[in-house]
Amino acid sequence: MTKILAPLAEFDVPVRDGLWMSPVDAEKVTGWTLKPEGMCRDYLCVPLPEQALGTNEVDVAAFWKKLGGPVVSSERRDVWALGAPAQDRNAALEGLDAPDFTLPDVDGTPRTLSQLKGKKVFLATWASW
Amino acid sequence: MVVAVAEESRGADHARPWIEQAKSDYWQLIDTEHRLEDLYNLVNVPQAIWIDEQGKIVRPPETAGSTDHFRGMDLKTRTMSPKAQEERLAARQAYMDAVRAWVTTGKHALPEDEARANLPKVTPEIAAAHAHFRLGLWLRANGRAAEGDLQMAEASRLHPDSWSLWRQAADLDEVGKASGPAFWKRVQDLGERPYYPPPKL
Repeated sequence: MTKILAPLAEFDVPVRDGLWMSPVDAEKVTGWTLKPEGMCRDYLCVPLPEQALGTNEVDVAAFWKKLGGPVVSSERRDVWALGAPAQDRNAALEGLDAPDFTLPDVDGTPRTLSQLKGKKVFLATWASW
Repeated sequence: MVVAVAEESRGADHARPWIEQAKSDYWQLIDTEHRLEDLYNLVNVPQAIWIDEQGKIVRPPETAGSTDHFRGMDLKTRTMSPKAQEERLAARQAYMDAVRAWVTTGKHALPEDEARANLPKVTPEIAAAHAHFRLGLWLRANGRAAEGDLQMAEASRLHPDSWSLWRQAADLDEVGKASGPAFWKRVQDLGERPYYPPPKL
């Protein structure tokens, strides 16, 4: 099993030669579904390069790079991180809708920014270091 | 509503003493993976984003009340001159006053085009830096500190403007290292550039 840190969750999936995996696992990890047109999500399909498609398997690293997202791995290539594409982050921010997130409070209770709609929010960071 | 987010990879218990001392009635969240910095393209603490009732950003990320006066500190005694301390407190007060004015009157909220123009751009290098940092955290948390440190060093190489990524990595290596000699060397290397760019109020 290979550990994949995807934008919204972590997954353990069987892979070979990098991030070749079954279409089912590819969908689980990326949220995109393999269809004849390519990898699809909602009404959008991204054609896959021919070399990123095998018999019942998909090269998720190639697909993710095609989306413009960073793909990085540990030296042993047993842990990978798929980052959000820069253009997605910019588009989200330029829309000026505050990107939503859920983080635990100090006692572990999950809190979601969008629960505060209707109130002004002063969102501020700090650190002990 | 204030939402305070601790960019704290050592976790909630490490942040708890500060949070308890604050005795706050607002949300005090713990962001071990520095996810907020990735989402909002943040580079230092404290930074703030102002969000209106509709969930719209009305002031993009900016320094939240801190100033560069600390750069003139006497490193032996760790003290600032009375004048520097006074100016520092005045700047913090001015920022707090601006936040309060926004809450009560809407003042200081930027028009959409200005808010958009003031957004720092995410580059592919910045996006990659966050992926390396996250991988580094996972490796560190799973007993592979040396490998994790390599990933974090790569994150800082790709995103040298992020003090948060560099200082968090230093802190994970050893508590205190984030404000040790290597930090001060890095600050000196800024030259004329600000550590805390002042907010344009």
